[in-house]
Amino acid sequence: MMNKIVNAEFIAPDIKLFKIKAPYIAEKRKPGQFVVLRVHELGERIPITIADADINDGTITIIVQGIGKTTKHLNKLGAGDYIHDLAGPLGKPSHIDKFGRVVCISGGVGTAEALPIAKALKEAGNEVISIIGARTRDLVITEKEMADRTDEVIITTDDGSYGKKGFVTNALQELLDEGKKVDFILAIGPLPMMKAVSEMTRPLNITTMVSLNSIMIDATGMCGGCRATVGGKTVFVCVDGPEFDGHQVDFSVLENRQKIYIDEERTSLKKFEEDCRLGKEIKKVKI
Amino acid sequence: MSKIEELIKKKLELTKKEKMAIPRQVMPEQDAVERRSNFNEVNLGFDEDTAMLEAIRCIECKKPLCIDGCPVNIDIPKFISKISDGDFFGAIDIIKEDNLLPAVCGRVCPQEVQCELTCILGKKYKPVSIGRLERFAADYEMAHREFEMPKVLPKNGKKVALLGSGPASLTCASDLIKWGYDVTIYEALHELGGVLVYGIPEFRLPKALLKKEIGNIEKTGVKFVKNFIVGKTLTVDELLNKEGYDAIFIGAGAGLPWFMNIPGENLNGIYSANEYLTRVNLMKAYDFPNADTPIKIAKKVVVVGGGNVAMDSVRTAKRLGAERAIVLYRRTEKEMPARDEEIQHAKEEGIEFHLLTAPIEYIGDDDGWVKQARCIRMELGEPDASGRRRPIPIEGSEFLFDIELGVVAIGNGSNPLISQTIPDLKCNKWGNIIADLKTGMTSKKGVFAGGDIVRGSATVILAMGDGRVAAKSIDKYLKTGVWET
Repeated sequence: MMNKIVNAEFIAPDIKLFKIKAPYIAEKRKPGQFVVLRVHELGERIPITIADADINDGTITIIVQGIGKTTKHLNKLGAGDYIHDLAGPLGKPSHIDKFGRVVCISGGVGTAEALPIAKALKEAGNEVISIIGARTRDLVITEKEMADRTDEVIITTDDGSYGKKGFVTNALQELLDEGKKVDFILAIGPLPMMKAVSEMTRPLNITTMVSLNSIMIDATGMCGGCRATVGGKTVFVCVDGPEFDGHQVDFSVLENRQKIYIDEERTSLKKFEEDCRLGKEIKKVKI
Repeated sequence: MSKIEELIKKKLELTKKEKMAIPRQVMPEQDAVERRSNFNEVNLGFDEDTAMLEAIRCIECKKPLCIDGCPVNIDIPKFISKISDGDFFGAIDIIKEDNLLPAVCGRVCPQEVQCELTCILGKKYKPVSIGRLERFAADYEMAHREFEMPKVLPKNGKKVALLGSGPASLTCASDLIKWGYDVTIYEALHELGGVLVYGIPEFRLPKALLKKEIGNIEKTGVKFVKNFIVGKTLTVDELLNKEGYDAIFIGAGAGLPWFMNIPGENLNGIYSANEYLTRVNLMKAYDFPNADTPIKIAKKVVVVGGGNVAMDSVRTAKRLGAERAIVLYRRTEKEMPARDEEIQHAKEEGIEFHLLTAPIEYIGDDDGWVKQARCIRMELGEPDASGRRRPIPIEGSEFLFDIELGVVAIGNGSNPLISQTIPDLKCNKWGNIIADLKTGMTSKKGVFAGGDIVRGSATVILAMGDGRVAAKSIDKYLKTGVWET
């Protein structure tokens, strides 16, 4: 049976790592690609980036932060449960090349998403420096995995509880101030972070790729819900992306579009939490 | 004498002229005011007596023209004759020789431009309601008889994969399975049916019915794999070389929704019709928050376009609670590609039609939500390539129109996911796969295609016709091994 969760563990507060049986996806996926999943028969379809895969045991790894209804529902599932629907790999793979010195900047669960790309960039012969940003120490994830795959890891926390105090942009500035020539930047994480990095590197002319996480339904190009404005043109993040040149992305359009369902998301989450409080059974796939 | 016996007697006694003079029977419908606030089916279907009376109208022409008007060539006079004899199972058996989705086709086929257009009665009277009789026979069977397994030839050891589970693939699969092939349909989404499930609303095509018809196809032995994106999960070459398929049929449907590329189209509150309908139909957003997927509810919704998809969208908006649901169309009603029945139903439901009008810009508020559409009036000029008179903007006629939601329903391009991953497959400049409509053969050996991925935006029944044609040539190819384009 496909989509069986073979391993699930919290790696930080509200952040859970899942290993899921999905042999076709495991074999096919490339760095930067994502899956779309649903957690129950009336569930919504959400895109989640593939953090890792193991061809030998036919599994993929995803790392999920429980923020909204669906991700919180997902994080209630454990080993032995099944993902109701899982499809992929979707999106274009990251452009991997030998650029020279590369900085992989990630924030929050974006670090999990940056892992396979950082690894591929390293394997392509780049010097890879990773900057991991988080609000606080507890939320720094996959530091060791990143350290194993890159040349250097720099941590920043907003509250200074771990690594350098400040934002990822401060750490990047320090690197540049040291006189290090940076040839390529990959930024994955919350929109404000990707926007700040892109704005910082635009005048410096350093190619900066960002990975967009739009609202999607089918994720195969059919609905157009994920559209973004890049270089003045409309693109579909699901089939044209998810990675785009950060200097071309109109972040204000994305910021607005991420808020389309803010009220409905609140309603949905409230209902879910109420259901959980009332001890209603979380819908799981029955085999 | 029972009513049915009376009707049978009538059939025998009436002359051709008298038969033709029977008025075309009216389809009972859900009340227009009531149906504005529910998603239940609008058309309610004939009862047995009405169906028989309508069937008696058919004069059983010696050289029936209706059959040629049907893309899958159902023996129409024969099944109608069975209905007029009161043999409803006999009728559906005849339909099913050529069409395994009769409940769907009886509802969504544009009969008025196909079989009913060529019906001889139409010259002087109104044509026989062929579609409604097809629907009647299908519904009657569903209500009164368990599924009967068609005759299936012994397995011949050949494997065929079909991509997409819409009408083209379903038809192709139901032929191939009868001829002994091992048939698997791959679907990218989590539900089967393609456009029938994500595109066409419940009030035109109840999903339970579709599920049952697809379930019947599954019972014949067709295998279905959901959540499998050919081109991504596996490529066509991998299906042929690694998974051991002997032939492939691509029925992946239309794809990427077109936008007008006017300013403000990416504002919050502007949907493609595909997204709007998919949220409601496939994801059941009308049942939010019981279903997780939301949809924006607004008092004033504007739908841009004049086709069936535009009608489906605007009538959906009304049912979701819009006080004003408005169609903006740049030509006049005469040029609208939508079926007349859909336009009339929409009008009955209080849909407003603002014709000879097109948006040229959307204007948003500080939070990025659409607030107004800047529109322009049109006049009709000379006919264009489509044969319809070309709309020409009237200078200085611009005006602002307050809106809360906009739905863009101006058509679809093709989906690149499959074709981009088949290097030796020829596509036209719009990305549609080039296939011979007489055989379904593409430029790549062993690969066939049909439906919207070949035709652009067409109809369910044309896709089914393509599926049938492709099944025949797949059979020929796999029996002879000869690939001649």
